[in-house]
Amino acid sequence: MRSGRLAVAGAAVLALALSAGCSSGSQESAAPTAAQTSAAGPVTLTYWSWVPNMDKIVAVWNKAHPDIQVNVSKQAGGDDAAAKFLTAAKAGNPPDLIQAEYQMLPSFVAADAVADLTSGTAQVKGEFGEGVWGLVTLGTDAVYAIPQDSGPMMLYYRKDLFEKFGVEVPKTWDEYAEAARAVHKADPKVYLGTFSSKDPGSFAGLAQQAGAQWWSIQGESWKVAIDDAATKKVADYWGGLVKEGVIDDQPYFTPEWNKALNDGTLLTWPSAVWGPGVLSSNAPKGKGKWEIAPLPQWSAGENATGFWGGSSTAVAQKSPNQAAATQFATWLNTDPEALSLLVTEGAVYPAATKGGAALTSAPDYFSNQPDFWQQTAAISATARGFTFGPDVNVTYNAFKDAFDKALQNGSSFSDAVGVMQETTVADMQKSGFQLAR
Amino acid sequence: MAVTTRAVATRRVLKRPLRPYGVAPTAILLLGAVYCLLPVSWVLVAATKSKAELFSTSTFAPGTGLMANLADLAAYRGGVFWLWMLNTLVYAGGGALLSTAVSAVSGYTLAKYRFRGRNLIFNVLIGGILVPSVVLAIPQYVLFSSIGLAGSYWSVLLPQILHPYSIYLARVYAGAAIPDSLLEAGRIDGAGHWLLLRRVALPLMLPGMVTIFLFQFVAIWNNFLLPFIMLGDDHTFPLTVGLYTLLAAGANQPALYNLIITGALVSLIPLIALFLTMQRYWRTDLSSGAVKS
Repeated sequence: MRSGRLAVAGAAVLALALSAGCSSGSQESAAPTAAQTSAAGPVTLTYWSWVPNMDKIVAVWNKAHPDIQVNVSKQAGGDDAAAKFLTAAKAGNPPDLIQAEYQMLPSFVAADAVADLTSGTAQVKGEFGEGVWGLVTLGTDAVYAIPQDSGPMMLYYRKDLFEKFGVEVPKTWDEYAEAARAVHKADPKVYLGTFSSKDPGSFAGLAQQAGAQWWSIQGESWKVAIDDAATKKVADYWGGLVKEGVIDDQPYFTPEWNKALNDGTLLTWPSAVWGPGVLSSNAPKGKGKWEIAPLPQWSAGENATGFWGGSSTAVAQKSPNQAAATQFATWLNTDPEALSLLVTEGAVYPAATKGGAALTSAPDYFSNQPDFWQQTAAISATARGFTFGPDVNVTYNAFKDAFDKALQNGSSFSDAVGVMQETTVADMQKSGFQLAR
Repeated sequence: MAVTTRAVATRRVLKRPLRPYGVAPTAILLLGAVYCLLPVSWVLVAATKSKAELFSTSTFAPGTGLMANLADLAAYRGGVFWLWMLNTLVYAGGGALLSTAVSAVSGYTLAKYRFRGRNLIFNVLIGGILVPSVVLAIPQYVLFSSIGLAGSYWSVLLPQILHPYSIYLARVYAGAAIPDSLLEAGRIDGAGHWLLLRRVALPLMLPGMVTIFLFQFVAIWNNFLLPFIMLGDDHTFPLTVGLYTLLAAGANQPALYNLIITGALVSLIPLIALFLTMQRYWRTDLSSGAVKS
C-alpha cells in the first residue's frame, strides 16, 4: 500500500520533470518546426556547411531576400557531415540544404536523401565546365546538386630547395622518380614526396589523371573498375618508389608531415587548388618558398590532371521548400557577387567558370608567384574526373586498410587496389545494386 | 614500557618484509600520475605556441603565442567558443544535477523500500550498466526525431538523466549510509515518505550524491557522440563537438590546431575548478565511513 503510493509519487515527479522539460524545450525546437510549416510567406531554410565564414556570405542573401531566410549551421567537414546528413535524412529531419562532397553525392542519391533539381536548374548548366557538371549529374539526365568548388590537382614544390639540390621541375612521373632518387641520395634525410595511405581522395585524383574510371553507369547497372590498368599503374609507380626508399610513406596532415614541410625535408606535395590554405597554416615558415606547376604527366606531351576534393550544394528530398532552396543554391554558386564572396570570405576555388573573375591577386603565401591563378586556371582546364559510386566511403576505407597493410608488409600496391575493388563490389552486391559484368 | 618495546619490535619486524611491496605501489602510482599528467602538460605547453612555433619547435619548449591564441580563440566566429562553453555548462551542470536527483531518489527507494518488482527493476538497471551509451545514441536520435525534439537542448539533456550506474551507486550508498532504525524512528515520530526522504535520507546521502554529480558532470562534459548526432545547429553545440568542427574543417581548410589546443586547455579549467571545490565533500565521504565502522 505504502510503497504503491510512493511509486505513484515518483512517477508524478518524473512526469513533472519531463513535462517541464518539454514545455521549455519547445522554445528551442520552435525554429526548425517553423521552417516546415509555412508554404507561402517567409520561409526559413537550414543549411549545413563547413565553408568558413559562410554565415557572412548568407547574410548578404538574407538581406536581399526577406522571404527566404537561410540559417547556416557550421558542421564538421567531410565524411562526418555526410554520415550525419544521411542519419538525419533517414530519421526524417534533415536540413534543407547540405554541402555535399562530389564523392559522397552518389550515396545521397542512392539513399533518396537529395532532391532532383533538374526543373529548377535548366539555365544553370552553362555556368560550369563539363567535367564539374558531370560530377553532379552522375552521368544521368538528372541534376542532384549545384557545384560549389572544385579541386584540380597540381604539384606544389619548394623552389628554393629544388635549386639547392639542382633538380628541375619534373614534367613526367619518370622525371619525378629520378628527382626523388637524386634528392634522397644527396641528403638521406630529405624526401621529394610522400605516399599517404590515409588520403584516398588524393589517390583517386592521381588515378583520374592516369585515365581511370572507377565507376560508370550502364543502363540500370553499375560497372566497377577500380582495379583497371590506369589505377594499377599509379599504384605500382608509388609502391615501387616507397619500396626503393626514395619516397617517404608518412600520411598527409599529421604533425610529422607538418614538421617535414616546415623544416624542408619534404620538397613536393601533389595536391589540389586548396593547398595554399593548408600550407600557410601548417607550414608558415615556407611562405614565399613554394611554387606550383602542373602535375607530372604519364608520358611527355600529355596534359591532364585529376580532382582532389571539391563539393556541391544539394537540397534534401524531405525539404518542404525545395524551390526556395534551389533558388538559394543557384545564387550561392553562380551569382558573381556570391562567387566573389566565396573566394574572399570562404577561401574556396569556385566551380563556376565566372568564378575566375574574382581570383585576381595571388594568395599571400604565394606572393612570389603572381600568376598563381592564371596557372591554376590553365591546369584546371585539363582536369578530368570520373563518376563516383554509391559507396565511396567503403572504397575509401578499403583504401586506407589495404594500403596501410601494404606499407607495413612491403607488399604490392596493385594487390591493394585489387582489395579495394573486391571490397567495393562485395558491398554494392550486399546493398542490392545491380552490377554489370 | 613493555608495550612500547613490543610495538617497536613489531614495527621493526613488519617493516622489513613490507618494504619492497611498499615501494612498488608508489612507483606504479607515480607512473600512473606521469601517464595522466604528461598529455595535460603537453596541452599546456602547446597552447603557448604560435602557429609558426607549433610544428617547428621542440615538443616541450614553451612558445610565445599564448595571448595571441587566446585572443584568436575569443574572436573566432564572433566568440562562438564562449557560447559552446556555456552550452557545455548547461548540459553538464543541468544534466548532472537532474541525474543526481533521479539517481538519489531511485537508489534510496531501491535500497530502503520493499515492493513487488524491486529486484526486477534493479536487475534491469544492472543490465543497463552493461550497455554502452554509444550503442544507444542512434536509436535515441531516431526516437527524439519522431517526437520532434532532435536538435533541441533537451535531446542532449534527457538521455543523460537516467544513468543506471549512478542509480546502482546511489542504492549501494543508501543501503550503507542510512540505518533502517533511523527511518523506523522517523516513521514512529509520524514522518511521511517525503519528509523522511528530505530530512533523513538525502542529508545522509549527500557525500554519495556529490560523487554521482561529479561522475556525471565529467561524463557529460566529455560526451561527444550523443551531442554530435543530436544537434544540427552549431549554436547549440557543446565544446567537444564545437572544437571538432575546427579540427575537421574539410579538405579546403586547414585544421585550426592552435585554436583547438588552446580551446582544449581553456575547457579544462572549469573541470579542475569543480574538482578542487568539491574535494572537501569527498573527504567527508571518507571520514564518515571511518567513524561509522
